[in-house]
Amino acid sequence: MYAEYLLKAEKLSKTFPGVKALSNVDFGLRKGEIHSLMGENGAGKSTLIKVLTGIYEKDHGQIFLGDQLINPGSAEEAQRLGISTVYQEVNLCENLSVAENIFIGREPQRKGKIDWKEMYRKADLLLKEKLNIEIDVKQTLSSYSTAIQQMVAIARAVDISCGVLILDEPTSSLDQNEVKKLFEIMRHLKSKGMGIVFVSHFLDQVFEISDRITVLRNGHLIGEYQTSQLTRTELVSKMIGKQWGESAQAQKKQRIKIEKTGFLRTNRLEKKGSINPINLSIGKGEVLGLAGLLGSGRTEVAKLLFGIDASDDGVLVINQEQIKSMNPKLSIEKGLGFCPEDRKVEGIVGELTIRENIMLALQTKKGIFNFIPMKEQKVIAQKYIDLLSIKTPSMEQRIENLSGGNQQKVILARWLATKPQLLILDEPTRGIDVGSKLEIRNLILDLAAEGMSILFISAELEEMVACCDRVLVLRDRYQIGQLEGEQMSVSTIMEMIAEGAGES
Amino acid sequence: MRQAITNFMQAKIFWPLVALVLLLLINFIIIPGFFHITVKNGHLFGSLIDILNRVIPLLVIAIGMTLVIAMEGIDISVGSVLAITAAAAAALIDTTSVPIAIVLALVIGLICGLWNGILVAYFEIQPMIATLILMTVGRGIAQLITGGQILTINNEAYGYVGKGFLLGLPFAIYIGAAVFVITLLLKKKTALGLFLESIGSNMASSKFAGVQPKKIILIVYMISGICAAIAGILVSSNVSSADANNAGLWIELDAILAVVIGGTSMRGGRFYLGGTVIGALFIQTLSTTIYSMGIKPEITMVIKAIVVISVCLMQSEEFRKLVKQTPLKKKVSEA
Repeated sequence: MYAEYLLKAEKLSKTFPGVKALSNVDFGLRKGEIHSLMGENGAGKSTLIKVLTGIYEKDHGQIFLGDQLINPGSAEEAQRLGISTVYQEVNLCENLSVAENIFIGREPQRKGKIDWKEMYRKADLLLKEKLNIEIDVKQTLSSYSTAIQQMVAIARAVDISCGVLILDEPTSSLDQNEVKKLFEIMRHLKSKGMGIVFVSHFLDQVFEISDRITVLRNGHLIGEYQTSQLTRTELVSKMIGKQWGESAQAQKKQRIKIEKTGFLRTNRLEKKGSINPINLSIGKGEVLGLAGLLGSGRTEVAKLLFGIDASDDGVLVINQEQIKSMNPKLSIEKGLGFCPEDRKVEGIVGELTIRENIMLALQTKKGIFNFIPMKEQKVIAQKYIDLLSIKTPSMEQRIENLSGGNQQKVILARWLATKPQLLILDEPTRGIDVGSKLEIRNLILDLAAEGMSILFISAELEEMVACCDRVLVLRDRYQIGQLEGEQMSVSTIMEMIAEGAGES
Repeated sequence: MRQAITNFMQAKIFWPLVALVLLLLINFIIIPGFFHITVKNGHLFGSLIDILNRVIPLLVIAIGMTLVIAMEGIDISVGSVLAITAAAAAALIDTTSVPIAIVLALVIGLICGLWNGILVAYFEIQPMIATLILMTVGRGIAQLITGGQILTINNEAYGYVGKGFLLGLPFAIYIGAAVFVITLLLKKKTALGLFLESIGSNMASSKFAGVQPKKIILIVYMISGICAAIAGILVSSNVSSADANNAGLWIELDAILAVVIGGTSMRGGRFYLGGTVIGALFIQTLSTTIYSMGIKPEITMVIKAIVVISVCLMQSEEFRKLVKQTPLKKKVSEA
């Protein structure tokens, strides 16, 4: 009944405790098309893929493969039915040969033994015919680049698949040439009638390669569109949506005149494969925003400035002093603070108490032998617990036991205790309740008014507009422009993210 | 008062302490005169003093091991480092003075720790593998130093370290106490404790907060090396010889056990120096008990294993939950 479709899902729903990850989502993949799945973090893309491939069990809805109703209970079953997936991280064994990786678990056999000759021959043929690449399949996988490894993963998927291939962020670790090569292969497969689901954060790539785009937001289907009939701006606004209301209660930044002699300045600072050359300067008391979609290089810029990642080229100047090689300890000494994006992994130290978590950065600034006496520690911790109204029965509670918003405040307290001159905030309001969100937003404005410089990263554009003096826009790891003053609004930022600065 | 008792029961040190007290109680009942302490020539003698004296090498090594384990590391080379430093001290005694021999032995321990630390921190080799290298090679090095012989030491001043008495107590006890106090001060009066627990709990967050894990890891393996060297000096002094093959054999396992019994998790994070002391005392008391009860040597290991397993089970929250739940479940099934 769905002759037109290779894979058709109807009214899929999936609920996790506390979150409706998918509600009544339809999705259809046609023969010989490349279909992009778009949406910001938490939109439900990966949930949808995991339901389609049997990793999650759906709560409601139906999935048809051709005209057959299917209900895959595991990834293996989905694979047997003909739906193959290649995930973001290459899921192969680096220490095995290319051929072994392709045929692992289904090696050609003869007399109960693996027929190595046949396996190498088949692997060779597969890579040559289907993907048009020629490599020595006897070599271990680790001897090849990430791109080739990705191709091998695709070869394996294609060989198992009978028509449906899902590529989840396949390009995130590839360079431009490698992406080009991958796209050639995708087009080649498409011409043979395969249906490919493509997930990527790179808008350019999505517009280049896909025939159709399905947009999800907050677990809901926003729509399915022909790529040729959709502009970038339309796509971005569909992905981000508009969340007005809460911003009305927040104060608005009193914009200041930026001092010419900034606190921090970079000149063509870059790290190859992570972020292309970046020029920025932050004045005293200025709030500079970094806008862009996920994967546009926002976090990478922050990590470069703070010295988590080392730059391979360019100049970083702090307070007129050129910093040759940055590291977190030096950063702290120079007056920087960094609230990272992933609070659980990079922010909190779960086993330690709130007091210890607050003291950590100040203690590293003072050095190991300059221990802050317990009395003083308690005073400092209490001061910030009060200042940020962190809700906890005691400062000796484990930080793990706090809610997300309160954990975030503890991390903020950690940095405020070091009295930084520049605070880098990477998504400080993500995943926390609305109340804490507003408090943190107002705190940013207060700090800036006191003369602290702030580099602010957020996916919520209203928040950016409300807080920032200036916004730098990033796309696909390039700095593409900046907006300030009256030009700065949700729609102008969105436009720039989508269309570029205009000059290119 | 009740709150204080509950707090104490929830403290990590509670269960190991219970185990130790139980063990002492068994000794009190079974072995007559176990708690008896006599004075001979102004020196204290008795089983308890004996335990305190004998536990010191293990205790010192276990204290170093506690710091290593706190940051999710492990140092299985300590037994071999003990053998190397014992051999080195024994070999040096003949040609130099006692203080120089001791200082050089400590320096050798420090270098061994430095080697481990560099492998773990800067070459990012897994701690178990990195220290396995020195564990295997170390005995060979020790044999090179002793020339394959058991070196005997005839030096009274050196012998005092491991056999002498001060104010009625064996001198080794003072050394053990000093190591404990110094480490405790390092934990409480410098930021080392905070940094260690932070690294052991979340390495990435620690890095983002400016802690320099590589430096700390290096320092801690060096401390562990020095601790092993102190133990090496004590052992060789006590038995007046250096045996490259048998000095400190398997002591790394007892040390790890002492740390774990003391409540420090192998996954790193919080560490308990007091717990380690209790753990080490427990292990030594157990050995002494087994010997003085006259249990046949062929089954001593089995007894030790059973006791250790019981203590570990006692510590396991999951196990305690299971024990508490079992009667309930029975009632439900009966109903």
